[in-house]
Order: sequence, then C-alpha cells, then structure tokens
Amino acid sequence: MAKEPKPQEIISQINYKPPQKSWMNLPVERKEGMFCYGAKEKSLQTVDFPNPRTWSVLDEDWKLPHNWQEIVLEGMAERLKKYRSFKIFMDICVRCGACADKCHYFLGTGDPKNMPVLRAELLRSVYRGNFKNIGKVLGKLAGGRKLTLDVLKEWWYYFYQCSECRRCSVFCPYGIDTAEITMIARELLNLLGLNIEWIAGPAANCYMKGNHLGLEPHTIKNSIDFLLDEIEEKTGVRVSPTFNRKGAEILFVTPSGDLFADPGTYTCMGYLILFHELGLDYTWSTYASEGGNFGFFTSMELAKRLNTKIYAEAKRLGVKWIIGGECGHMWRVINQYMDTWNGPADFLEVPISPITGTKFENAKSTKMIHISEFTADLIKHGKLNLNPKRNDHLKVTFHDSCNVARGMGMFEEPRYIIKNVCPHFYEMPEDTIREKTFCCGSGSGLNASENMELRLRGGLPRAMAVKYVQEQYGVNMLACICAIDRAALPPLMNYWVPGVDVTGVTELVANALVMKGEKERTTNLRGEELPNIAK
Amino acid sequence: MKVLLPLLAVIILVLLAYLGIETANLHLLFGVIIPYLAIFIFIVGVLWRIVRWAQSPVPFRIPTTCGQQKSLPWIKSACFENPATGIGAIGRMVLEILLFRSLFRNTQTQLKQGPYFLHLEEKLLWLAALIFHWSFFIVVIRHCRLFIEPVPSCISLICRLDGFMEIGSPVVFLSGVGLLAGISFLLLRRILSPKVYYISLPIADYFPLLLIIAIAISGILMRYFVKVDVVSLKAYTLGLLRFQPVIPADVNVIFYIHLFLVCILLIYFPFSKLVHMGGIFLSPTRNLANNNRMKRHINPWNYPVKVHTYEEYEEHYRERMKQVGIPVEKD
Repeated sequence: MAKEPKPQEIISQINYKPPQKSWMNLPVERKEGMFCYGAKEKSLQTVDFPNPRTWSVLDEDWKLPHNWQEIVLEGMAERLKKYRSFKIFMDICVRCGACADKCHYFLGTGDPKNMPVLRAELLRSVYRGNFKNIGKVLGKLAGGRKLTLDVLKEWWYYFYQCSECRRCSVFCPYGIDTAEITMIARELLNLLGLNIEWIAGPAANCYMKGNHLGLEPHTIKNSIDFLLDEIEEKTGVRVSPTFNRKGAEILFVTPSGDLFADPGTYTCMGYLILFHELGLDYTWSTYASEGGNFGFFTSMELAKRLNTKIYAEAKRLGVKWIIGGECGHMWRVINQYMDTWNGPADFLEVPISPITGTKFENAKSTKMIHISEFTADLIKHGKLNLNPKRNDHLKVTFHDSCNVARGMGMFEEPRYIIKNVCPHFYEMPEDTIREKTFCCGSGSGLNASENMELRLRGGLPRAMAVKYVQEQYGVNMLACICAIDRAALPPLMNYWVPGVDVTGVTELVANALVMKGEKERTTNLRGEELPNIAK
Repeated sequence: MKVLLPLLAVIILVLLAYLGIETANLHLLFGVIIPYLAIFIFIVGVLWRIVRWAQSPVPFRIPTTCGQQKSLPWIKSACFENPATGIGAIGRMVLEILLFRSLFRNTQTQLKQGPYFLHLEEKLLWLAALIFHWSFFIVVIRHCRLFIEPVPSCISLICRLDGFMEIGSPVVFLSGVGLLAGISFLLLRRILSPKVYYISLPIADYFPLLLIIAIAISGILMRYFVKVDVVSLKAYTLGLLRFQPVIPADVNVIFYIHLFLVCILLIYFPFSKLVHMGGIFLSPTRNLANNNRMKRHINPWNYPVKVHTYEEYEEHYRERMKQVGIPVEKD
C-alpha cells in the first residue's frame, strides 16, 4: 500500500495549469494510492461476469480476451442504441469548460483528465474514431482516437476516479452527466472483467448474502443484538426488533454499513430507538439486508439483479410498504431506477404513516419512503418528545450526499430534523451545499484503503468547506444521510479537519428523543458524557 | 497551432469564393447550386440527427435535481429546478434554452493558501453566450425579410427594435454588434484561458467560431461599407425560394463570400457539435420531471435477469437462521 502523503505535500502538488502536451498524447501514469486493486476472480464468478482471472493493475498484461477491442466496440454500439443519454452526451458537448473546475477530483489533483469534459472525451474520442466518419478519416485532428490498450488502461484509471456525483451536470448548459458516461464506461470495462475488487467483492456479497459486507443472517442478528445491549446500557430501555417477520406493516431496509462500523452503528441504534419508541409494526430482513447497490457501479443489469430483493422480500413478507434508511446512492437507485427495473409494486400500498396519518403521495408508485421524510413528518406533527438540549454540546453542519441531492432533491427534510433536535446548526458556504454539494471523495465504490490518497484529494473541497465552519462557528459535528459518508468522512475529517466528528441524522434524533420509561440519561449513544441538561 | 489550421481553412474558403466569382465566373455554382445543396444537407442532416437520437429510448428517468423535491405538503418544492410535473419540466427547459439557466450558476474555483477554496461567481461565459446566441437568432430572423414578400410586420418590428439606437446610416443593428462581440469573447476565451485551450479540439472547436466570425464580418462589410443592392438581392432570394433562380446582376463579390460561408456553415452543422442546438431539447437530465416515485416509468428493453432467490438463500442458511430464531419458510 502506498505511503500516505502529508497534507502540505498534497496541497503543494496541486497545480491547475494544464501540461504542455496534448492530453491525447499524454500516456496514463498509474500512481499508487490513486487506484483500487483489480477485481478478484471469485467475485466476478459469483455474479457471472466475463473474464474472471487473477490479475494486477500494475502488470503490463491485463489478461484480456484476444478480441477485446471487438467486445468493447460492440458494447458501445449496443449502448448507443439503448441510451439516448449516451448518444446525446457523446454528440453535443461544445467543450465550453463550465464543468472543468466543478469536479472534486480535479480540484484535489489538478489532473486535467479529471475535468469532467476530458473524462468524457476519453470515451468520446473513441466514439469519434470508431463511429464517426470524420473521426475515422481525420483522426486526432477531429478529436478521434483508436481504441488501443493504452486508451483502455486510461479508461480504467479515470473511470474509477469518478464518484458519479453529478456535480458537473448541474453546471453543464446541456445537462451532460458524467455519472451517466462513467456508468456506461464501467459497463464496457466490465465486459472485459476490468472491475475493482472494492466494487466486485461487495457486489458478489450483496448477490449471495444480501448485503455488501457479507453478513450472514445470524451475524446480522448478532450485530443488532450487540447494538440492543448498547441501547439498553445507555437508555435503560430494551428494544426488541424482529427479523424476516411475515405480516409486519413495514419493511425497513438500510445500508449494511450501518450495522457494522462506527459511526454508522450509532445511526443504526437511532433507527432502532426511533421505531421502538413509535411502536412501529416493522421488520428487518436478512435477505434484503442492503440498501446500497454495488451493482449500480458495475452495470445496470447487476444493479437490477441486486435491487430485486427489496420488492421480492416485501412481497414474501406481505408488508404494506417500505422505509429506507440513510444512504446516498441507494436513494438515487430507488428514486430513479427501482420502479422501472422491478416494479410495478402493486402488491404494496401507498405509504401512510401509522403515527400521523400522512399519506406519502410522492411515493405513490414505489411505495418506499426515506426515513428523513418519515421523521420530518413526525416532528412536524409533534409526535416525538424531543429534548434538543441533549445535543447542546454539538455544533452541527450538514453534508448533502451527492446522490440524494442531485438524484432525488432532498434538501429540506434532513435540515428540518437537525434544526429540531440540535440547538446549534450552521450551513457550510452556499457553493458547497445542496445541489452544489461536494462529494466525500469516496463514492461509487471508491472507499477502499489502498486508494487513500485519491480519497483525501477528492474529499479536499468538502473538507475545506467543513474547515470554514469549524473556524467560523466552532462546528464539531458533520451530519449526513449516507452510509458511505459515514465510512469515508471520518478519515477525511481526521486528516484535513481534526476535531470534527461524523454522524447520521437519525443518531442525532435518537439522542434528543426522550423515551418512555428511560433511565436518567448521562451519556449519548456514543457513551460521551452529556452536558448539564435541564429536562 | 490549434487555431492556425482552422483559420487557414476559413481563409481558403474565402479565397475559394473570391476566385470562383472574380476569376472563374462560377456564379451559377456559388449562387445557385451550392446554396441549394447546403440547404438540402442542412435540413436532411439535422432531421437525420434528431431521428437518430430519438431512436434510442430513454430507459430511465434521470433528471439532475437542482432543488427541493416534491414531498411533504408543508415543504416548498422547486417547481422548475426539480420539477414534479410535465409543465414544470417544460418550464425548466424554457429557462435552459432561452436563458441558459445552468450556465448562469457557473462559478470559478480557486485554491488559496490557507488552504481554502474560493468559489467565485463567473457570469462572463453565461453573458457572452447569451448575447451571442440571441444576437445570432435575431440576425437570422432579420434575414427573413429577404425571403418573405411582403415583409411581415413582426420582422419589420424586430428590425426597427434592433436598430433603435439609430446610429449611422444605414442604421447599426445591435444584433450584428452583439454577435461579433459575443463570439469574439468566446474565441478569445478559448485561446487565452489555459484550461479551455487545453480541452479544445482543433477543428471541432475553433473552426465553427472562426467561420461564424467570418460570416459576421462579411455581412457587416456588405451592409455598412461595400453597400450591396438589397433590391436585387431580394429578387435573387425570392427566385431561389420559387425554384426559379436568377443570378443577381452586379453584386459585389463580398456577397458571394458571405453566402458561401453561410452555405459551409449549413453543411457543417449537422455533422458537428453545433447540433447542440437540437440536442439540448432531448437531454434526459433536463427535460424529464422528477416524479419517479409517483409514476411508473417503463424501460422498453427491460428484460428478466438472473436473481438469487429467497429460497436459494434460505436453503443455504436455514440451520443458522433457526439457531438464532429467525423465522424460515421450510422447517
């Protein structure tokens, strides 16, 4: 594993001045710390992906099938037929450069191929060189390139240096979405078995075991049992959730990261406490035990194969509707793809909150709502006994998760919740929140440990915005509604903005929630002493 | 270097028209055959492009959501930035197409010592693009008075408004000035901004800019300096339209240069990035409503996939599930 550079080293290396040499003639230089390990044979076999083999990124020979060019070009032709977005985004970019400095990876590396426009040109040049007469004839002069092994390796490097956050798409005058281009480029790479293990492994786990961490049913139960003990110790209340229970009213699906590592586990305790306090008739599922969809980072087909479990399990258990936990890309998938892939969910009912009676018309078809929508509605109707003073020691800011922000548009619900459970809330600068939010630097399956330098660089713009509110207002807590954020932001904060912790929104709710029959609370869920609080 | 080659190409095109008329007397070729050909290629080409795009489906609803979603009734949603209805999506497209809404958001980000990032407002590109495109549009509308007899009052009105400042004789059209100023800015930006220069392609990006500049300059020369006889030009354009072409007598060669460059632009248009004009209407991140959870959206090529079923899962884990008290289907 590459040595982690010092913050000052990273900063001093960033240079936005483009090199002298044209990008078409600039060979890709694979730097350690900036890429993830290649996918393992076993992971690809599990999900029936082509070309499973043992290979290494730094090897010269990537063990490709002999007709790999044909496979990729055919794959490209097929996708041009299937996706208008792909065809249009290949054709209409005018290279105005509005996107150039919008990518967090570009801002953190200065590498021109991380400008969204050039990232797309890596693919577009091959499109021109192979599908357009002018590019076939005039070649590089008309921006066309042939698909060589170097080009393919360049694709691999840069399309696994894009977190599909869509920030560039907000600024593009034509709405060209690099996430869409990256997704298709990754599909093409996957036709040759060119994945990264941090995506392929979790995807295989999701497929076989239901969740990306590979937690088996009894382990899920044990993990949650452990959290129940913790809850009892902190609150004096014993919570007893159910698993795979038929006839429950609601199925709850959250990213499995919440069951496993801090600070996600505190958010998970938050869900358990909240649902217990409401007396909600709900169940967890061990089969559909992952909201996050690692297939989404490989191909539409695998994404659909993994997503299918949610509806299948809802049907098997006979629930009425579904609540989803705090996760970024899970919600992009649910909002933009699930119903199309695996609907119609006509065996479910339009979600109605059993506590407030609110009918969630916005989820009329998918029958699945976000926990923040659910909680905001509870607070609005005064159904929660909250004591925000318990969060008095926190100066909180909110990180909009890319996918929820730009693939769904949920901005107000989490803010409304935070403002009701925390006395001190401060926004980061306007250009770094809401639809302009910056990525944690580790999205779309890139939060491995071997690419830590890339993550630290990619997360730099986010970290600097947090640093600003830390210096201005003394912010010490970064709230988010994404499990990858909860995994990726703590090391990012430790590195760039020490003194800022990371939390899920539901953890903040649970800490403020005065439960029926609770003992006198002296600590929060993390076991930290609560400030002197007046009940 | 990137700029010189397309510049050379435009100079050659100008010379071609000049020599073709002045020395070779090819009035029929430059005045009739090429214009017909150009219009034909333009119309067929653009239609072909749009049909080709439209042939590919939009399998998923993927709007970029730039504002609050429609959710709980007491939360105000962004009806244009994150439209939940078709009308909202049309509103969003109107804002995009007429006002370049997304480009208006543009910022420029700098890394400063500290370190910290500065996100500065960057409206110049938006302004120049807006001035250029609107001016171009008005210039095209203005030219319609040459093709329609009698001239419709709306076109006359646009001409009067365009020249409302009443400077000089003939009156200076603001659109001409705007067109040239806007496009000059875009060209200079493409040359002087290192990042934009780096991403620019020699032919695809510089050639259309230089071509349009040459068209604008030749047009301005014709109107204000060489003074071409508009009456005979109108007879010529009307003849073209009626398929009874007449070659205008005694028209300065600058007219043929202007016309030839316009023809080249029309021919080049469907094969270049200039088709963004049509493509923007079809951009799925902008023209769809974000009502994905409310309404089911169909993917025409959706096909069944291999899944790992619950039965297979339980088969594998049954004993361990039973041990921890998780209910199973089969005992």
